[in-house]
Amino acid sequence: MTDHTTDRGWFTGLASGSVDGAREAIESGSAAEPADWPRRAVDAGFASDEDNYYELLHEATVAATRAAVVDRERADDKQLLHAVRAMDDATRTANELAERLGEWAGTLFDDAGTGVDAARQLVDHEPESPLEARVISLAERVDDLAGEAEELRTFIERQAPEVAPNLSEMAGPVLAARLIALAGGLEALAKKPSGTVQVLGAEDALFAHLAGRGSSPKHGIIYTHEYVSGTRPEDRGSAARAFAGKLSIAARVDHYSGERRPEIHADLEDRMSTIQARADDDATGGDQ
Amino acid sequence: MTDLPESIQRREFDGRQRLATRGEPVYGEPTDGEWRLWDAGRSKLGAMVETGMDVDLTAVDSVLYLGAASGTTVSHVADFAGPTYAVEFAPRPTRDLLDVAAERPNLFPLLKDARKPETYAHVVESDLDLLVQDVATRGQASVAVDNARFLADDGQLCLAVKARSEDVTVDPETVFEDVREAVAAAYEIVDTRRLEPFHDDHLAVVARKR
Repeated sequence: MTDHTTDRGWFTGLASGSVDGAREAIESGSAAEPADWPRRAVDAGFASDEDNYYELLHEATVAATRAAVVDRERADDKQLLHAVRAMDDATRTANELAERLGEWAGTLFDDAGTGVDAARQLVDHEPESPLEARVISLAERVDDLAGEAEELRTFIERQAPEVAPNLSEMAGPVLAARLIALAGGLEALAKKPSGTVQVLGAEDALFAHLAGRGSSPKHGIIYTHEYVSGTRPEDRGSAARAFAGKLSIAARVDHYSGERRPEIHADLEDRMSTIQARADDDATGGDQ
Repeated sequence: MTDLPESIQRREFDGRQRLATRGEPVYGEPTDGEWRLWDAGRSKLGAMVETGMDVDLTAVDSVLYLGAASGTTVSHVADFAGPTYAVEFAPRPTRDLLDVAAERPNLFPLLKDARKPETYAHVVESDLDLLVQDVATRGQASVAVDNARFLADDGQLCLAVKARSEDVTVDPETVFEDVREAVAAAYEIVDTRRLEPFHDDHLAVVARKR
């Protein structure tokens, strides 16, 4: 009992017989080793006897855990949805402004190029007139916005695996976040059939098809994944269907259980090697 | 053979003798008066008892349950035991666990990571009689070893090891061999058994703290 931290139970510092403030103590407290907390709580006057201690503990743990669950669920997927939309907005706006800037800066500086990288070079110029000051200031905004988009991407790459471990492992964190955003949340994504997941992000093409114009889209946003884009065109429909099927399962596991399920990832890899081997088979078949 | 307290009985359901405990039904399980069926196919601890593993539940009072999930199994544990601490890491199943706990004054739910016992050692008491572990994470053996601190000197461990959580590419028997070896750092292994047909690719380990 020389280590002071081991002497502090969750009830330390709370008023006798009251669980006010218990949530904070249960959630952020810690101890190196457990102890005979019921006896200590009675000795310290927090509880009148052991039964009373367990009543208080029950009330405190149920309330603290309920509040923590609400927070964690609220915190997670909806925040990811905002982050990925903000990242896209920041990227798009940076590009639009960079285009405007390229046009304007071209009239003032010989070395002015176009795009975000060119804007970043302009930032280093020393303005020699009020006009140049405006152009360089605009370049700084572009730089900031592009920087914000990068920070948001880093945040998403860290956060998505917390929210949806299986979906992030399978799709990569950014695509996982985009799917969650397109569906409107992890629960909404988990409830969608895999055929819908396959064409999420291709709504325009889908509705055109339903209105009798054009063929049905084979893939939506999942096209950005190498499993789809890296497969030859004639097999892309199969690849997109197989990929979307496993993504749906991953989203359901993440929403309903939260456990990592290595076997679904192995299944998908198997299926993808089979689909991609068709191209190899055709190639070797042609040689013979 | 598993030694059972009076609060766990084998009763007849659908013409077969099956395990049952006494308490509020939680997931639509069949009941017989106050007794409700404890389905070994839905519970790894239930499967350990059903297959007659060498575990003594007669004198179990206090319990720490790691990986409580929605609370299916831990509800039965709280029916036959005293103070029961239930740790679960994922928010979604914990929501269901809270409903189970609300009906059971001796069940204490905690949203915590079983790999970090110091984050709940200020709540969970020492000298517990039983540690039940069913977590699907890598390093299941080291979770059991790290949580041995909560057990009394002769406290029992009922551990369900899921081979695929460790490494899908490795043969389950190899995984189980490594787990047995690692668990032996803190426990004396009493009994081990595969849980087929109730649960595929799971090894059950019963052990006593050294």
